[in-house]
Amino acid sequence: MIGYALRRLVYGVIALFGVSVITFLTVFAAGDPTLLILPPGSHSPEEIAIARAALGLDRPLPVQYFEFITRALQGDFGRSLRFSIPSMQLVMERLPNTVLLATSAVVLASVIGIPLGVLSALRKGSKLDDLVVTISSLGLAAPSFWIGTMLIIIFAVHFRWFPPSGTGSWQHLVLPMVTLAAAPIPVLVRFTRAGMIDVLSREYITTAHAKGLHPRTVLYRHALRNTLIPVITILGLEMGALLGGAVVTENVFGWPGIGQLVVSSVTGRDLPVVVTVVMVGSAIFIVANLIVDLLYVYINPTIRVR
Amino acid sequence: MSAPPLTLIGRLNPLAWLRGARRYGIGSSRLLVIGIVIVSIAILTAIFGPLLAPYDPVAVSLRDRLVPPSPEHLLGTDQLGRDIFSRILHAGRVTISIALVAMVVSAGIGISVGIVSGYFGGRVDMITQRIVDIQLAFPTILLAITVVAVLGSSVPILIAVFVFAGWARYVRVIRAQTLVVRETQYVEAARAMGATRRHILLRYVAPNLLTEIIALMNLEVARIVLLESGLSYLGLGVQPPLPTWGNMLSDGRLYLTSAWWFVTFPGLAIMAVVLGMNLLAEGLRAFYDPRERRFAEATVSSSQG
Repeated sequence: MIGYALRRLVYGVIALFGVSVITFLTVFAAGDPTLLILPPGSHSPEEIAIARAALGLDRPLPVQYFEFITRALQGDFGRSLRFSIPSMQLVMERLPNTVLLATSAVVLASVIGIPLGVLSALRKGSKLDDLVVTISSLGLAAPSFWIGTMLIIIFAVHFRWFPPSGTGSWQHLVLPMVTLAAAPIPVLVRFTRAGMIDVLSREYITTAHAKGLHPRTVLYRHALRNTLIPVITILGLEMGALLGGAVVTENVFGWPGIGQLVVSSVTGRDLPVVVTVVMVGSAIFIVANLIVDLLYVYINPTIRVR
Repeated sequence: MSAPPLTLIGRLNPLAWLRGARRYGIGSSRLLVIGIVIVSIAILTAIFGPLLAPYDPVAVSLRDRLVPPSPEHLLGTDQLGRDIFSRILHAGRVTISIALVAMVVSAGIGISVGIVSGYFGGRVDMITQRIVDIQLAFPTILLAITVVAVLGSSVPILIAVFVFAGWARYVRVIRAQTLVVRETQYVEAARAMGATRRHILLRYVAPNLLTEIIALMNLEVARIVLLESGLSYLGLGVQPPLPTWGNMLSDGRLYLTSAWWFVTFPGLAIMAVVLGMNLLAEGLRAFYDPRERRFAEATVSSSQG
């Protein structure tokens, strides 16, 4: 167990290292790193020379990378060119909004997706099952920005139940949360349904029924628990999609999180902020997956012994 | 009941799939057929669509701004009076070509690396797996944003990003499947009879991977279509005047209250294509998975009895 946890931890660190190298090479080797200090536009040769010296661009790439990563580990990614404050500070101001949106979407998706999957499995082949499976196939295919746009037209423009954009009250959270949850729900439904169907055909379920246990006890204590183990892994794998979904959703609804910040920073050519969001976002993704990995070992005794 | 065709040609021949579908008369092949139909329509549209388009997709006609769907403009017009139906047909070619090219290149790289990694094993495999881990740990949308922020956005750059972010998925699947197949009893039996490694790879491992790879290719095209649409919607993907479904929707954002058709139809186009690719992949997997087939037959017989 401890060996496994340590190995996952080391893999996580290696992955984060790899992501930082790719980001560094994209900015320093493929692009124009003076953009980290100078706003885009024409500059005098003196200005460019000063910027190059400040960034130490005459030194070998590995040395520059070492400098980059040392500062990055201290949370120093330079200053935002648009706002003239440390870009990390800017990201940290916006991050709570993204975390709020993402966690509420995950909770909503679990609360809807898992029970629907169970229900569908229990009534396999019924009209209800067909309906759930069909809708989840459609949901899997619909792009989140389109779902968000349709929700705005229906619930903000037509019915005027919720505000179309912005932040400030719980009403503002509803439409973005539903939009972001729309992608993981079908995934959860499918995996819960498949897992449940598989578990229900196992012999220990028959045994439990034969013992005369109450059907509800069999369902909750024997079937559901075993079904949820793979479902948790899926939740972890969905984190990447969730992150991408958050970037798009925040921009549909003008939700002031890091997803909106990063897109406005690309269009506003604010490279330090882009690099900060990318590194922070990837780190969150890697840590979330690490936690899911460890949780998985914790709840699944068959792995724990190894 | 005879077995479905197991030869390579049989597996790649759509007619054989349809024959098999009739023979088994099951839900999974219904999905497969629907998937094949949608994907065929999408690909034919990407090839011939621009010929069918009634209007020039970039012809501005300010007199016909934001016209609702009508016999002249089937799906209405946009804020510059451009015909949305014609634009959807042209955009389909752009979006689907990007996704197909990116998929083919990343599949080529991923499959070769996966086979080499699985074949040699040991240290090569170990290093490959760590690189794959790193690739999969970098969320594609963040990678795309970094590259676009530094290098700007163009079709070749987008394709390069999708390839760079996509190849590792093939390696992962191929390696996992190879490990499963390698441990099966029929491979063991072949080995016991003295079959060479090459013979086993070509004769037993590769055919077993084929279904999985074709299914994954479809899922990847679907994923790339969604990704490209999302990036184009954010203004970080394909740039106007070249239309894509994503940037059409982005244009329509300002006219939500006045022109619902503007944002609705490009989204439906994305959904249809992605749905078709997903159904094809899923149907294919189910059809060639004997466990699923037995399960499906049992469902049919129980519902009839």
